[in-house]
Amino acid sequence: MTQNVARRGFLVGGVALGAGALVSACTSNEPQQQPAAQSPAPAPAATGGNDAPGQRVSIGFSAPAADHGWIAAIAKNAETTAKQYSDVDFKPVEPTNDINQQISAVDSLIQQKVNVLVLLPNDGEQLNQVARRAMDAGIPVVNLDRIFPDKLSYRTWVGGDNYGMGVAAGHYIGKKLKDKGVTNPVIVEIQGIATLPLTQERSKGFEDALKTYGFSVTAKQDAKFTVETGNQVATNLLQAHKKIDALWNHDDDQGVGVLAAIKESGRNEFFMVGGAGSANAMREIQSGSSVLEATVTYSPTMASSAIKLARLIAQGKGMSDLVENQVPQSITLASETITKDNVAEYLPLGFES
Amino acid sequence: MSEPRTANTAKPLGPTGWLRSANGSLAGMQHLGLVAALVLLCIVGLVTRPENFASYSNLVNILALASTIGVITVGMTFVIIGGGIDLSVGAIMALASVWATTLATQSYGPWVMALCALLVGTGAGLVNGLLIAYGRLVPFIATLAMLVAARGLAQRMSDRKTQLIRPENSAIVELSTTRVLGIPLLVYIFAAVVVIGWVVLNRTTFGRRTFAVGGNPEAARLAGIDVRRHTMLLYALSGLCCGIAAIIIMARTTTGSSTHGDLYELDAIAAVIIGGTLLSGGRGSIVGSILGLFVFTLITNLFILNGLNTSDQLVAKGLIIVVAVLLQRRNLKERSL
Repeated sequence: MTQNVARRGFLVGGVALGAGALVSACTSNEPQQQPAAQSPAPAPAATGGNDAPGQRVSIGFSAPAADHGWIAAIAKNAETTAKQYSDVDFKPVEPTNDINQQISAVDSLIQQKVNVLVLLPNDGEQLNQVARRAMDAGIPVVNLDRIFPDKLSYRTWVGGDNYGMGVAAGHYIGKKLKDKGVTNPVIVEIQGIATLPLTQERSKGFEDALKTYGFSVTAKQDAKFTVETGNQVATNLLQAHKKIDALWNHDDDQGVGVLAAIKESGRNEFFMVGGAGSANAMREIQSGSSVLEATVTYSPTMASSAIKLARLIAQGKGMSDLVENQVPQSITLASETITKDNVAEYLPLGFES
Repeated sequence: MSEPRTANTAKPLGPTGWLRSANGSLAGMQHLGLVAALVLLCIVGLVTRPENFASYSNLVNILALASTIGVITVGMTFVIIGGGIDLSVGAIMALASVWATTLATQSYGPWVMALCALLVGTGAGLVNGLLIAYGRLVPFIATLAMLVAARGLAQRMSDRKTQLIRPENSAIVELSTTRVLGIPLLVYIFAAVVVIGWVVLNRTTFGRRTFAVGGNPEAARLAGIDVRRHTMLLYALSGLCCGIAAIIIMARTTTGSSTHGDLYELDAIAAVIIGGTLLSGGRGSIVGSILGLFVFTLITNLFILNGLNTSDQLVAKGLIIVVAVLLQRRNLKERSL
């Protein structure tokens, strides 16, 4: 319902922009044929009856509003998963990129006395205090991805493995080049935002894994996670290196721009590995029509898992496949390598960038 | 007073930027300085990466990379000469690219997509113009508001997702992949915009009025120019350029996205300023702006060819802006003596 009103509101705004009726009829993003976007497939039902309705719990949820397909997928996955349970009251707060607003949003969830909180902070350091307040008020916090520095601030952490992502990409590239018998390969790396710790961890993992094959990165540049900068950086990098053996691009979202640049240049003497695991990258891998051969995941499905964990924590249950009676303190997702061989299994989990 | 200067610049067949350089006038000296900077950068390129820099494909790359922001810079030159400023260019381009790539627009085919981008750009520019000319808002504020609002609308419309151009509309992407005489079509679009912009600014009444309005609005009004209407048209023109730039960025990246054109306003304004256009209006040239833009594009190209860090690149760009403006001020002083 609110969705409808919002859509109407923005249509009106569109007309007000003076672009005329024709254009305003073009704003709809509803797929006209069969919906291409898939909702994240429910993970295979856990055995042991943990999915059976139990005690009713309310789950508060707060995440940033980044301009990126990955974060959009986080929010959507959390909501979809929560809706699958009849015993869950899902209480999301308005996503924001402002630290202050996120702090007050979380405070409001604490005051509502939700049973459990799922938090993806804009910045773990800066949101640490408010997470701690929640824990002190007896509300367990499930910390999603960006970690709080203080262990008293969260009950369980679930997130991706940035270092592992670099390692997975490094092993794929290293092994493949070794098998081909390439010596002194030209390996190019396109990073996200170079100043972020997560980017540095990815690069470190990549470097370390390549080292085991005796290889090293020839050139790396950062592309700020946007399609446009990805395109620009790749165009220049292709110019700088007349012959490339392998390319790792940290992020599938910016990878759309990188691939466009590669196609435009007509180069195909190398292979490319992506990062994150977007649906689009998977389709490219599946079709085999481009240099993109593989991608290493940093999957936003972690949001679905976080909601499931939050529910179990609130209900006092453990993970049925494990021996313990309670949910573990920390869960790090493995970075999985998606290639043409296994892409079909992963496609339902891919996010639309 | 600035009145005589305005009249001088607005002379019907006034000397063009290139001819002026022979006279050693302000714009000419600026152009010479920029050409010197470009030559210097090329020498750096030739020395550091001879095999990569001096190739035909690198030249084409530089032209293609400069196209998007180049088209915007042409519109920005008009607005700044007319005494205004447009901070919303990047956001308008993003909005146009998103609007043109929604599934609904895409269902009408590539021509409608292109038309949609142009209409959205011009429409948003027109809103800027109306607010500034008739609503009496300060350009800085009005276009700042548009920057925020257009970016927000683009995010809302795209749901913060990257919208891919579908295969049946690949005619748009072909602007980037199809080459005529070895040069992508979008570079021709860029060239056409520059040439048309130059002709309009230097050879038409519209151009003369732009100099007049920017130099001294009161005098322009007394001379019978409808200053408000002209101001409004300048912003609409800038918006149209953003629409064209949106088509180019769609072709290059195969997407429409609310993240396109981030901080383009700063790059475009910087290119215009180091190109010798006065921020206070009344004087400037398109050739200068384009030369200024190529200085920036070359720097980016050289940094990446040499595998250098992007942060240093930003520092270099900042230094160039400061040096250019200092030179500009010195020249102005000499001139007024």
